[in-house]
Amino acid sequence: MSEYVENPTQGGPQSAGGLSRRILAAADIDRALTRIAHEILESNRGAQDLVLLGIPRRGYPLAQRLATKLASIDSFDPATSLGQLDVTMYRDDLRRNPSRVPWPTVMPQRGIDDSTVVLVDDVLSSGRTIRAALDALTELGRPGVVRLAVLVDRGHRELPIRADFVGKNLPTAAREKVKVRLTEIDGCPQDADAVDEVVIVG
Amino acid sequence: MKHLLSTKNLTRDQAIEILDTADRMADVGQQSVKKLPALRGRTVVNLFFEDSTRTRISFETAAKRLSADVINFSAKGSSVSKGESLKDTAQTLMAMEADAVVIRHGASGAPQQLATTGWIDAAVLNAGDGKHEHPTQALLDAMTLREHRSKLAGTATTGTGLDGMHVVIAGDILHSRVARSNMWLLNTLGARVTFVAPPTLLPVGVEHWPARIVFDLDQALAQNPDAVMLLRVQRERMHAAFFPSEAEYARWWGLTPERLAALDAAGATTAIMHPGPMNRGLEISSVAADSPRSTVLRQVANGVSVRMACLYLLLTGDNSAAQVL
Repeated sequence: MSEYVENPTQGGPQSAGGLSRRILAAADIDRALTRIAHEILESNRGAQDLVLLGIPRRGYPLAQRLATKLASIDSFDPATSLGQLDVTMYRDDLRRNPSRVPWPTVMPQRGIDDSTVVLVDDVLSSGRTIRAALDALTELGRPGVVRLAVLVDRGHRELPIRADFVGKNLPTAAREKVKVRLTEIDGCPQDADAVDEVVIVG
Repeated sequence: MKHLLSTKNLTRDQAIEILDTADRMADVGQQSVKKLPALRGRTVVNLFFEDSTRTRISFETAAKRLSADVINFSAKGSSVSKGESLKDTAQTLMAMEADAVVIRHGASGAPQQLATTGWIDAAVLNAGDGKHEHPTQALLDAMTLREHRSKLAGTATTGTGLDGMHVVIAGDILHSRVARSNMWLLNTLGARVTFVAPPTLLPVGVEHWPARIVFDLDQALAQNPDAVMLLRVQRERMHAAFFPSEAEYARWWGLTPERLAALDAAGATTAIMHPGPMNRGLEISSVAADSPRSTVLRQVANGVSVRMACLYLLLTGDNSAAQVL
């Protein structure tokens, strides 16, 4: 769930006329994910009972990439420990934004009870998506520990929520939008470098 | 989308959005906690002026799975039997702050009137009005057809229409709102519709509808359609002699064991659908109703998912730019 859509002052004039700055390129994203993978293993002391849950849309491909890295470093099995958690029905802004079609929730085979769940999302902003995710989790099971990994933390928190693993801390103005583009969703699989990026618009 | 009154005015994108959402809602039925908080604190009124068990229970289940509060109101034993008008009933419900009204009424157009006269500002869902439309039934049939095709082809349902499918709808077209809603929706989604009925059970002007009319069920089934939908012979609406006898109806227009055997012999992948409740031995034989081709119980399950999707899409989102469907 890209948080740029819930920018608090959205609707204001785009004074900069769509000016965009690239903050992270494909290689930077890859390095950040590698570091996060190591940090997750360090804080969890290995890969036992570890479960990754990506939040659609762009959190899920990031979780997939993290899972691949975890599998290459430690005994992590993406087939049984990677899932997707849709939070649409748990959002608190359902009556403010246009209705949206929910994405599927795919639970990892091993379940999430008593495990260390790492929620993965692309941009952390207000924290409302994560609040919804925590609510959704309680309906699905009782994890032992829940952690949060995000590619970009852009600030402007509206809830007492923070990320445990951050790819890049990105101070932004409220009127700016942070856009994450990933090959898996934004197309062009032949040329990953051209697609994978984080940009600030406005 | 503010109201759901008919399938005729649904666009293809809107229909597919509802079906995709319904697929997601179906997943909730598999969870251990079959509940979503999306409509917490909202009130849904089931306003039923005509008898109905399955549609009302289906809507009630759907609303409850989305955590909405449900008020059931049936005309029997209520102030309606004392002569209260639709307007006064509706405004009484509005005073109780209903967010959505699910209405079934014997008069065609009653939901439209409720939605457009400004009596109430709740979302209106048509659960069957006279001989006009029954949109959620058509949507659940479309969901079942989509499932049927994707199961055979091994593909995903999300985002697809029903392009190229052929559906035979047999029986009492004259009195059937299910047939009308299905015809419009199936055409919007790209499917082909063939009506099979005795000439006495076809409405005037049927030739202007986007459907082929044949009078011989065997001829229609010989084309190996993707599905055959049997309509219930609505005894409560039959106040004239539309066919000589029930035995004759069953022989000519019913899905008899012989016709089922012919489908099997031809190796057809035809699904057998029925909106329920079934008159076994009349429009559908017991063998056909219980055969593996029958999707009757899938339709019931999909009904809950589709109604969850409709309630969710109508009651969430910013409806300041409301439009009537």
